[in-house]
Amino acid sequence: MNSLPNRILKHREIWLAAAIALLVGLIAMRFPAFARLGNLLTVFNDTSILIILALGQMVVILTRSIDLSMASNLAFTGMLVAMTNAAFPAIPVPVLILTAMFVGAALGAFNGILVWKLGIPPIVVTLGTLTVFRGATFVLSGGAWVNADRMSPAFIALQRSAFLGLPILSWFAICAIALFYVIMTRTPFGRSVYAVGVNPTASVYAGIDVGRTKFLAFCISGLVAGLCGYLWVSRYVIASTEVANGYELSIIAACVIGGVSIAGGLGSVAGAVLGALFLGIIGSALPVVNVSPFWQMAISGGAIILAVVLNARGERRQGRIILKKAAAA
Amino acid sequence: MSTTELAHNRHIPDRLDNPLRSALFSWETLLILVAVAIFALNSLASPYFLNAWSLSDLTFNFVEKGLIALAMALLIIAGEIDLSVAAIIALSSTIMGMAVQAGVDTPGLVLIGLGVGLACGAFNGLLVTKLGLPSIVVTIGTMSLFRGIAYIILGDQAYRGYPASFAFFGQGYVWWVISFEIVLFVIMALLFWFLLHRTSFGRMVFAIGNNPVAATFSGVRVERIKFILFCLTGLMAGVASVLLTSRLGSTRPSIAQGYELEVITMVVLGGVSILGGSGSIAGVVLAAIIMGLVTFGLGLLNVPGIVMSIFIGLLLITVIALPILWRRLRERQGA
Repeated sequence: MNSLPNRILKHREIWLAAAIALLVGLIAMRFPAFARLGNLLTVFNDTSILIILALGQMVVILTRSIDLSMASNLAFTGMLVAMTNAAFPAIPVPVLILTAMFVGAALGAFNGILVWKLGIPPIVVTLGTLTVFRGATFVLSGGAWVNADRMSPAFIALQRSAFLGLPILSWFAICAIALFYVIMTRTPFGRSVYAVGVNPTASVYAGIDVGRTKFLAFCISGLVAGLCGYLWVSRYVIASTEVANGYELSIIAACVIGGVSIAGGLGSVAGAVLGALFLGIIGSALPVVNVSPFWQMAISGGAIILAVVLNARGERRQGRIILKKAAAA
Repeated sequence: MSTTELAHNRHIPDRLDNPLRSALFSWETLLILVAVAIFALNSLASPYFLNAWSLSDLTFNFVEKGLIALAMALLIIAGEIDLSVAAIIALSSTIMGMAVQAGVDTPGLVLIGLGVGLACGAFNGLLVTKLGLPSIVVTIGTMSLFRGIAYIILGDQAYRGYPASFAFFGQGYVWWVISFEIVLFVIMALLFWFLLHRTSFGRMVFAIGNNPVAATFSGVRVERIKFILFCLTGLMAGVASVLLTSRLGSTRPSIAQGYELEVITMVVLGGVSILGGSGSIAGVVLAAIIMGLVTFGLGLLNVPGIVMSIFIGLLLITVIALPILWRRLRERQGA
């Protein structure tokens, strides 16, 4: 029963990978330097934060929820660790990273509790916390910026240093991809996330606590947003209220382009990663092919629509098969 | 979860509630109380608040978003959503700016503004109804697309030089402190109230939101009505674009950034179920006024806009959460 959707799913990721390869190929025809390994690794490094965020968002979307507050969460935790670093430069960076993840997860848990215990639709909850978290960032910082002079060298240097030839930031993304792959495909929690998304009622009968699964999904997206709060601030060496403003939609766009169904239950780690890479490649290719960066927004909008149109055809085919089976049974 | 709860606690009444009682405990009554409380707080907090001109200025805070919220309410009741409304404002305003450069005068500008809004709405509607795509994803896409086109056209530039007569829509007064914007809002609110609560079209909107399959079998042309609603929302975004452009007197591609979330907050705060199927225009109008009061009152107290957004966000969550908590508490006492 599982094999057919899985096969379609695999097809989809293969198609997306082919589209990305084609895109890189087309750019390389005019600008061969773009397809060089070194440059592609740079593009991957530039996309790392989006990849990590998209993975967190994917888990939430799989449970038929949505987290619009990730970018605001990122801005808040980023500001928090940057200010902590500016005030107490002696605190080691790993402690700050753990703090960021913990604070992010706590903010995510706040979303999750409202969804789980009060049954408020996730889009309403995270629409509210989207503005609350960003407002809190402003209150926390008093509207001020934290820039390079006030950050300790270790705070900035960590993810720029390399390990086995790759920047640490890339390693963060690689570890996240591996971890999410294991969680989603090899743990009971990962299975229950898919089950909740495919059929919440059946999940209840199977002994899965739907609300708790959603709660945990929000904790994960929050944790990931918190981690990226540190990564973002130390990468761009600036913490301000405006950090990642509007980025929540890019994260969702990456998932949608990657074939994660907004109706839940359908999507994969590979898809979310490819979706993020697709956006990342477009973003870094535009200046190379000499197109004004102002085109980026329209192009990613077009890509989202195209991706939904293509994905919807696969989903509809699958729906018909399920109906037939239900009729047969 | 909720299905099992329903089976246990479902109380099936054998008659309608007393109309007075149901009016007293309705969402709209709660909103009126909130509005009165905020109004009173504002009057106490600032000596500049209770003044005809202040109150008139206040209306500019919510009219443009409120106009879109009226149409968005119908769309959400029908079980769809449009996140691209702010991007439609930007695109419509940008095209109007281009038209000004080409020498188009005020009547033409208004037609172009409304036309672009309608076309964008129709584009959303076609994608959702003809291709059967989820509206939340489609409109996240068109949101980037529409605003992206505005960025392609304008880049970091701005359009100015709108004709003097164009300024009337956003800055003109019909009589004394009564602005054109507020008059238009009142007329539109009445029209939408009539459309939703007094016509068969409105009935069909509710029917679609409650159960699209049942609506189809009852002879409701679900797809067509959804398409009309998307067009209507686009058109109202076009109207808002004319008003906002006229009020600001200039166009940047970042115009109306973040409006979509405020519009949806208004609709949800107004008691429209985000899952579709229930809501009222009165609630949406009250929610629009409440948001106007909150932002204006805090503005008088020199609270920065971003801090206001905390209040709006908390207001949204609290107003949704409180009745749920209250109902739980009563159930626990009853049991």
